Amino acid sequence: MVSCCSWKRSQSSWPKSPAENHPGKAALSGVIHGNVLSAKSASTPSTPRRALYALALLVLVSAAFYALFSAVEYHWNWSGVWKYRTQFGIGWLITLGVSLAAMLVSVLLGFLLMLGNRAYWEPVRMLSSGVVEIVRGSPLLVQLLIGYYIVANALRIDQPLLVGLLLLGAFHAAYLAEIFRGAVESIGASQLETARAVGFNTQQTYRYVIIPQALRRALPGTTGQLVSLLKDSSLLSVIGIEELVQKVKIMNSASYTALEGYIPLAIAYLIVTLPLSHLARRLERRFAYET
Amino acid sequence: MKLETHAVTKRYGAHAALDGASFSTGDEARVIALLGPSGGGKSTLLRVLGSLLVPDEGSISIDARTLPHDEDGALIERRANGFVFQGYNLFPHLTALQNITLPLREVHSMSETQATQRALELLHRLGLETHENKRPSQLSGGQQQRAAIARALAPKPRLLLLDEPTSALDPVMTGEVLDVIRELAEAGQSIILATHEISFARNVADWVVFLAAGKVQESSTATSFFTKPQTALAQQYLEGLSKYR
Repeated sequence: MVSCCSWKRSQSSWPKSPAENHPGKAALSGVIHGNVLSAKSASTPSTPRRALYALALLVLVSAAFYALFSAVEYHWNWSGVWKYRTQFGIGWLITLGVSLAAMLVSVLLGFLLMLGNRAYWEPVRMLSSGVVEIVRGSPLLVQLLIGYYIVANALRIDQPLLVGLLLLGAFHAAYLAEIFRGAVESIGASQLETARAVGFNTQQTYRYVIIPQALRRALPGTTGQLVSLLKDSSLLSVIGIEELVQKVKIMNSASYTALEGYIPLAIAYLIVTLPLSHLARRLERRFAYET
Repeated sequence: MKLETHAVTKRYGAHAALDGASFSTGDEARVIALLGPSGGGKSTLLRVLGSLLVPDEGSISIDARTLPHDEDGALIERRANGFVFQGYNLFPHLTALQNITLPLREVHSMSETQATQRALELLHRLGLETHENKRPSQLSGGQQQRAAIARALAPKPRLLLLDEPTSALDPVMTGEVLDVIRELAEAGQSIILATHEISFARNVADWVVFLAAGKVQESSTATSFFTKPQTALAQQYLEGLSKYR
């Protein structure tokens, strides 16, 4: 798409006016006149233009935050927290490691719970939906406390990391099970009948017909859930895991600072969550097809 | 081929789609048309005959062989059949070619090369040679339905079952698809076809089963059905359909 000047291009990002649907009226309108771009190019401008928008937004948001921060009289003591950068790094790696392992657990267990929910045998269905409802309906904090101090204790498992990642994974598995169930149930009856008609058995139907189509529909919800999981890993401090948030709390009290650790903390989370969302969007595009 | 059903009943909840349907065809029926008003049980009978559905009661035999009532037996049975449905029931995430090769490989244990060769041969025969790598959404309705026919024919089915294959198509595409079905019938393929295309049935079918309200009202050679229908329902049906054609 070649356009002569930035002024004309900028028209393309304006919301579409009803007048555009009527060529006669559009010619009368000074604003709409000259807009030769289609609605599609208006919603997705070129890369340099997007970069420009991003930069402008960044400057605006930074300015706003700068104004807010400077309005509050707080003496920032960055050198105090800098000493604890190694501990910060270790905390970040623990958060990352536990979360990645818990993500694996949550996806696998979520898938099993979804299958359980669709099982032929009634007790299996009851068990799966019961687990999903109880886990979704109660706070993660309580599950961590009871899971570690009662259940793991009774079973003589004294490994907070292992127990923590399993509990965290199980908590999000319940949500994922519902996301997966929604995606699987959205596959139409005609697709299932066609799968039977070409001679697929149940297993082949899941593998070749349901899962490939459900995957795309489950992706956006799954990404959001995995991002939540990463952030929920901060609760693992209650069972004695020194993950990133706990490290930052220790760092803040050791250096007599109150807030300094929390800004790098937010950035450390964003370093993981933003690429995760980006990756998910790319996957969505790869699986995209019209139905 | 001789088809015979005895008191076949299939219920969906309280509604009986087939309510004691009994009929038998002649020994040499090859292209059987299921006719009758919508909701009369054509689609259900077609599925039961193809072992896609197992009836609640009654028995079906094809050439004196009784069809199994258990799900495992029905799976083996329907793997020998080919189905084409009313909607475009291709798998939307697969290309036309993959739609055909996947069942060949996974259900009929063909090698990748054999399956591709067979699929290309059929796509070519059905005039889709330039569309093999397109997804269903990139094909017209008629092309999709021809691809679906290619998929059904690929494993060389004993019986090809078509459930109103043209009722979602415009007249031009309907013509395309009916041409293909006629060619298959002329080439000797055994076919069961549920349809509203009455003139097509008259030209191509050699046996007609007429259903209404879940029961078989009439089962006779196509010639006798179209020249002198026995029941009043069938007469009304034929008159109604020929009113505007």
